[in-house]
Amino acid sequence: MTRLGDLERAVMDVLWDSVPAASGGVTVREVADALDGRELAYTTVMTVLDRLAGKGMVQREREGRAWRYRAAASREAHIAQLMLDALDLGGSRDAALVRFARSVTGTEADVLRAALGAQAGRTDRVDDPRAGRARRADEATDR
Amino acid sequence: MAFAVHFAASMLACWLTAQVLAASRWTWRAPRVAIVCWQAVGLALGLSAIGLPMASGLAAYDRPTGSALLALASDLGHGTLPAGMGAAQLGLVAIGFGIGGVLLATTVRSVHATVRAQRRHRDLLTLVARRDPTVPGALVLDHPSAAAYCLPGVRPRVVVSAGTLDLLDRAELAAVLTHERAHAQERHDLVLLPFTALCRALPWFRWVRDAHERVALLVEMRADDKARELHAEASLAGALRRFAACRDRITPVGALGVGDRDLDVRVQRLMLADRPPRVLGATALAVAATLVALPVSLFLN
Repeated sequence: MTRLGDLERAVMDVLWDSVPAASGGVTVREVADALDGRELAYTTVMTVLDRLAGKGMVQREREGRAWRYRAAASREAHIAQLMLDALDLGGSRDAALVRFARSVTGTEADVLRAALGAQAGRTDRVDDPRAGRARRADEATDR
Repeated sequence: MAFAVHFAASMLACWLTAQVLAASRWTWRAPRVAIVCWQAVGLALGLSAIGLPMASGLAAYDRPTGSALLALASDLGHGTLPAGMGAAQLGLVAIGFGIGGVLLATTVRSVHATVRAQRRHRDLLTLVARRDPTVPGALVLDHPSAAAYCLPGVRPRVVVSAGTLDLLDRAELAAVLTHERAHAQERHDLVLLPFTALCRALPWFRWVRDAHERVALLVEMRADDKARELHAEASLAGALRRFAACRDRITPVGALGVGDRDLDVRVQRLMLADRPPRVLGATALAVAATLVALPVSLFLN
């Protein structure tokens, strides 16, 4: 993965996993502190958050002199979105993906769409058996 | 007028060839040849659709369409038109350009939309997909539904869902990954693109959608062939069967989704070890080349 992609992922993991659901978001400083092990410059973290905001992955609100950032959608909602694409349920008429085969039922499709609709922000991931698996995702790297 | 008849004959030949291709079963044994033929039909049809009104409008010049267009351009420059070139004839030439413009614009729009969707998909994958030691070189999405696909591009991604990892055994998984890599290596997205664009341009024509479906199936068969070069046929067929079966298990009777018949066709095809039909294939390629040469020669002369 590009270093930038790697950083974006690390920052999103902080927003998804370390931010309490009730809070109004985190500041750049708080994200940089959470990524302590990486020894990133404050400006680097700010750049990454800006890029993520530009892509619509992150929402920000001004609070006094600082911005507060939070994830625009939960990790599960993003996965649901990708699966809708993968199962060709996204309604796109274009051949963006080439599929081996898909196995999907009407119920599954409804569940996926509901996951997208309902997830405006974070969800309670404590009960979700897949959350632990997803969290291990940090090691994942790209070509 | 003879040139307009040429274009009309070329369109008819395209339509007939498409009918034969759609009905033939040898295409399943030689998917690559069949894909080339479909592309030739599409290209020849597009060129003929542009050429037919143009040639009708340019009948007064009595020359092949290419040189007649040049003559018309220079006549328009001098402000003198030959006898028999009225508003109606100019209108026909304009219609020809209009068809060409629409076909081009639709293709550009289709490419644009596809690239945007792919970029978005890639960005999301970067954030939420993970590597897994059981599927080296591929990305895993943590979701219980079964899906395996390729995100094409300069740096393609092969993605499987956690549901697929649970569904398939090691050999089956390996066959599926080879299948996906074949899509990526041979840029099957680009093969499908003109047909997707054509579906966008002419959504109300059933045979255009049919052609798209045929090519999509042939592309899958081609990737299946690449997978069975490296893996046992049983693994690939097993993977296809499992996808079909897990669908059946969950789906209530009569609620099968799109492409289900295609799965069965692909499994059956893997069971037969037929040799590719060489003579038929060569004949088909010759027909395809002629189809394209007919309108192209009229434009170039």
